[in-house]
Amino acid sequence: MTTTRKTTYREAVREALRDALSRDERVFLMGEDIGRYGGCYAVSLGLLEEFGPERIRDTPLSESAFVGAGIGAALVGMRPVVEIMTVNFSLLALDQIVNNAATMPHMSGGQFSIPLVIRMTTGAGRQLAAQHSHSLEGWYAHIPGLRVVAPATVADARGMLWTALCDPDPVLIFEHASLYNTAATLAEQLAPVDIDHAAVRRAGTDVTVITYGGTLAKSLEAAEEVAAAGVDAEVIDLRALRPLDDATIMDSVRRTHRAVVVDEGWRSGSLAAEISARITEQAFYDLDAPVERVCTVETPIPYAQHLERAALPQQSDIVAAVRRVVAGGG
Amino acid sequence: MSSPERWTQPQPAGTPAATAARPTSEQVIAGLRATSEGGPELVQLLTPEGERVHHPEFDVDFSDEELRGLYRDMVLVRRADREANALQRQGQLGLWVPLLGQEAAQIGAGRALRPEDMAFPGYREHGVAWCRGISPKDIMGMWRGTDHGSWDPVERRFHLYTIVIGNQCLNATGYAMGQRFEGKVGDDNGEATMVFFGDGATSQGDVHEAFVWASVYDAPLVFFCQNNQWAISEPTERQTRLPLYQRARGYGFPGIRVDGNDVLASLAVSRWALEECRHGNGPVLIEAFTYRMDAHTTSDDATRYRHSDELEAWKLKDPIERVRVHLSRNGIADHDWFDAVQAEADELAAELREHVYNLPDPPTERMFDHVYAEANPVLAAQRDEFLSYMSTFAGGEH
Repeated sequence: MTTTRKTTYREAVREALRDALSRDERVFLMGEDIGRYGGCYAVSLGLLEEFGPERIRDTPLSESAFVGAGIGAALVGMRPVVEIMTVNFSLLALDQIVNNAATMPHMSGGQFSIPLVIRMTTGAGRQLAAQHSHSLEGWYAHIPGLRVVAPATVADARGMLWTALCDPDPVLIFEHASLYNTAATLAEQLAPVDIDHAAVRRAGTDVTVITYGGTLAKSLEAAEEVAAAGVDAEVIDLRALRPLDDATIMDSVRRTHRAVVVDEGWRSGSLAAEISARITEQAFYDLDAPVERVCTVETPIPYAQHLERAALPQQSDIVAAVRRVVAGGG
Repeated sequence: MSSPERWTQPQPAGTPAATAARPTSEQVIAGLRATSEGGPELVQLLTPEGERVHHPEFDVDFSDEELRGLYRDMVLVRRADREANALQRQGQLGLWVPLLGQEAAQIGAGRALRPEDMAFPGYREHGVAWCRGISPKDIMGMWRGTDHGSWDPVERRFHLYTIVIGNQCLNATGYAMGQRFEGKVGDDNGEATMVFFGDGATSQGDVHEAFVWASVYDAPLVFFCQNNQWAISEPTERQTRLPLYQRARGYGFPGIRVDGNDVLASLAVSRWALEECRHGNGPVLIEAFTYRMDAHTTSDDATRYRHSDELEAWKLKDPIERVRVHLSRNGIADHDWFDAVQAEADELAAELREHVYNLPDPPTERMFDHVYAEANPVLAAQRDEFLSYMSTFAGGEH
């Protein structure tokens, strides 16, 4: 018999960390305010007391240093989980991530692997202003050598970490800040979770909504809203942003003949642009309407609450885009 | 080619223990820290008990009027700070970054600046802003989100707040290099720049690079580090093994630790450092040894990581109280005068509150302003499309 329990996204990440720390003594955590404070988003609360300061390491305020040190530790066989408080601060570690973690396996002729996991919060919507509200996962998804995942559900938050740790390549996990308080029921006995495939979160026949991370819930709600008007939308959660799972996307678009891509990043040069391009490359003759994109307004993210809300993709924007593609074409 | 797995074999259990030279994490957690003592090098002119003491290098004679002025400055900025903190709690501001406890460091440094000097703040420098003639109203408008950059940094000689930790140190270095290249240093009429950052920022690469650049280009720059003992939850021991002011030696310029809760010493040392810089002998590092008496920001809860006895110990070193005792004991100010300052502070708070309540929400289209200096056709099209879409909602609601 399967037993279940209600878990928040935050607790799920914490359980995943605890599980990894318990299963493999090579695993350790490193980052700012992760120990005594319990993490900026309270993800690692209690882990310092449980695992001690050698495995739950509060670091100096040096992003480049703790990512670089994580790479060094991974090179000699440790399994570091580096927390960069938010994607905004990862800009200070770009050289280590892009020039070192992403290239070393290749440039060492395969002598090295970098089994490093970097977790970071991403996204806007918490009134933190332009410099603390970035959605830059699309940038990282541009880099060969990195694996980029975005758990949008509690189950993925619980399961992706271990899979990422088992992966010999550096894996970046993007957790959207709006997700930490979401909750779901998980089975006590958890099956392994893959980090390769997109998932169909809602099956539908009229249009495919492709999204990930913080905009999945909004997309599902939008799908329910249009369902009331007789439009049956399929919602795909990308889960893995690099490499992208083209097969799941194309399979869906070939059935629905319409696609809307929802991405909290800025439209120009975005992940949404990449997906849209792939659909036109691979499924152009199956489309009944041009692909629509719902992205963030191309300005620095506003700080004032009402402006920020207006700038970000909202359920109403997704509904409007779905209606446009359904109305358009044949 | 070898298998990647070759490099990922399990390691033996156990990691090296902490060395004896620094506190173990357990000691830190147990609160076994001696942060409230600044050590023998601490420059102090006014003790926590309000006693005026003298220093062989940094002594300054203050007139009674100056002393009263410094007290008034500190009382007013603290009152404004407390009001803003309360307004954030009432939902009137998105965030507030409390200044509480750092009034002396900031008023001392701020009053040492000459009008022509330049200052680069972090995000907590409400006291320095006050000294540059910037109203707390403007700072509150920024934290409410009604405008971006409420003051003119060129006119006020005070740059806009920098949110990213420590990166203003590089901007300040560039600015100070400019002052030197333009021949504005070298005599009594020279200019200088002061940059404000914290103990946490000293671990950032940007701050190291600023130290290197400012030193090799002899920039007229005072690095004013407010060591308030905490970088959110991380104590100073997580950033440094040796007192921060001693780092300057490694870069080849002087470093001084001043009692940051002593407004007289903060002013005297800052004035000296700025003089050094305007005469071409910069840079200088000042470590103002102080304490963040409130949380990091209104999103933080400091009780999660520090003990109340530490705060209580620092309350005995309060920057305002020691000046009050000094003024009172020496007959420099009487009861009526103190009451008048308090009344002025309460009046300021009421005025600020009223101002914040009445700040209008900016129109939605304002988010498209100033993304580029001149209108950009792509952005203009997005703006028009956006506004047209917004107009389809009742009352423009999204």
